[in-house]
Amino acid sequence: MEIALQDGALAHSRLRPLTGIKVEIAGQPAAAGCGTTGGEGKASCGSSDGPEDMSPEIWEKVKNHPCYSEEAHHHYARMHVAVAPACNIQCNYCNRKYDCSNESRPGVVSQKLTPEQAVKKVIAVASEIPQMTVLGIAGPGDALASPQKTFETFRMLQEQAPDIKLCLSTNGLALPDYVDEIAKYNVDHVTITINMIDAAVGEKIYPWIFYNHKRYYGREAAQILTDRQMLGLEMLTARGILTKINSVLIPGVNDEHLYEVNRAVKARGAFLHNIMPLISEAEHGTVYGLTGQRGPTAQELKDVQDACMGGANLMRHCRQCRADAVGLLGEDRSDEFTLDQIENMDVVYDLEKRRAYQEKVEAERQAQQAAKQGALAAQSGADDGMKVLVAVATTGGGKVNEHFGHATEFQIYELTAGSTTFIGHRRVDLYCQGGFGEDEQLPSIVNAINDCHAVLVAKIGACPRDELKAAGIEPVDQYAHEFIEKAALTWFADYRARVTKGEITHQERGDAAIRQGAFKAA
Amino acid sequence: MAYKIVGSQCTGCSACEPECPNEAIYEKNGVFYIKPEKCTECIGHFDEAQCVAACPVDKTCIIDTAYPRYQAA
Repeated sequence: MEIALQDGALAHSRLRPLTGIKVEIAGQPAAAGCGTTGGEGKASCGSSDGPEDMSPEIWEKVKNHPCYSEEAHHHYARMHVAVAPACNIQCNYCNRKYDCSNESRPGVVSQKLTPEQAVKKVIAVASEIPQMTVLGIAGPGDALASPQKTFETFRMLQEQAPDIKLCLSTNGLALPDYVDEIAKYNVDHVTITINMIDAAVGEKIYPWIFYNHKRYYGREAAQILTDRQMLGLEMLTARGILTKINSVLIPGVNDEHLYEVNRAVKARGAFLHNIMPLISEAEHGTVYGLTGQRGPTAQELKDVQDACMGGANLMRHCRQCRADAVGLLGEDRSDEFTLDQIENMDVVYDLEKRRAYQEKVEAERQAQQAAKQGALAAQSGADDGMKVLVAVATTGGGKVNEHFGHATEFQIYELTAGSTTFIGHRRVDLYCQGGFGEDEQLPSIVNAINDCHAVLVAKIGACPRDELKAAGIEPVDQYAHEFIEKAALTWFADYRARVTKGEITHQERGDAAIRQGAFKAA
Repeated sequence: MAYKIVGSQCTGCSACEPECPNEAIYEKNGVFYIKPEKCTECIGHFDEAQCVAACPVDKTCIIDTAYPRYQAA
């Protein structure tokens, strides 16, 4: 795929119209499934395909990357290092004093690292957390606005930790200039944040960009940005580098438009599309926060994601993590790895130990798949079309293994008689604080999972149990420590049986709220 | 003849430092500073001051009124 660049002139080229572009993508799955159905067809919800759905080379890159594979995210961990502080654009959802508020905990400035400090941290974490498979450079600014720091970090890691996959995230403005360098370091995953392909939408999101020694504003800025993003995406696809497109869903600005973004990025070979909710609170000090632009409700988000199915595969399990996050998605162990603590650790990079551990993790993951298939096969009775959502409290490993009170997030699954589909997660404030339940957290927790019929946990106290029942959400602790899909399907079969017998009546649930703002932790 | 960076507002993002054609910007303790004797306000190099254009925080890279404006020789 060739894009001619003119020497000397502005090195961004106009888009060719979509008709006439045919992008050759090796092994792109025809229909992706994030769940399994017993019968025909699969819900096209994302990235948890198996090896039979894609070419072996792509499966190798994806199978233990927690962001690119929904299945992998239960078992494998990633970390980010904050080596890239500069950014070359301004987005209305970002306040640079507090990092990009797209991330989980705005209001906390991350500790910037030099490349040397970053590498030391990666080696320490990789030894402590052997299931950590991916290192990403995502910020705190833009990974390609400070390219020297980014590539220096990659260079050192390639030498010292060759089994770790390298990943980077960018707004795409500088991307076309660095595709060669990215390929040189065997970075096989790149994320581009693309919120629009139409400059009229873009000027509501981006006040300015800094490009070619000049600040551009408004529609002109947005046009340059989208042209460069599309060009960068095409160049990456031509190199066989897997791309994930992150889009921030801003209700009233780009909600319907994201459907076109989905089709446009798919046509250019994007592997995944991750549609995330806007996070905006006035205290973040962002333009959207201060002007009252709200984020989407859970149903609005799901509607846009569902509408995009059939195009680029969707990722639904993004945690919108910080640029210095460490651990399994949903947990953050970064305070175990501050610079001072790392100085005191005796760190040796043990490749063999990591491989052995990851083999065990693979075995767990196969076991989870097998349990799920077994549970599906055991389903009997007609599919009456009933669909419910359930919330699951888990610490990882694909099992129902978290106490209600210790959960900082719930994973949400959609169930029918013949399928389970992961559709997202909901963050909540910690209920259990210092050994006692904080009852004032309960209403917000109920709000966050209000669209669910049940919540599956390992254990739950009497008071929250009653509150949940009163709100119409069944607390379920009979399946503690079992694999999630198996537990959910077994519960659902039992639920349908109770409905059939007339013991309970089945009622539709309302919408749920997506949590904004900083967390209150214990 | 100089711009200055308001230290209390500087986020230390370093976007300005590589853009200066006169290498007048340096970092100290996480915050960035401009050497006034080196700053030419980008006159003769670019149409707009690069550090100002790159800086993400409004009113943080501003004309330093303690110095006379730069005059090209």
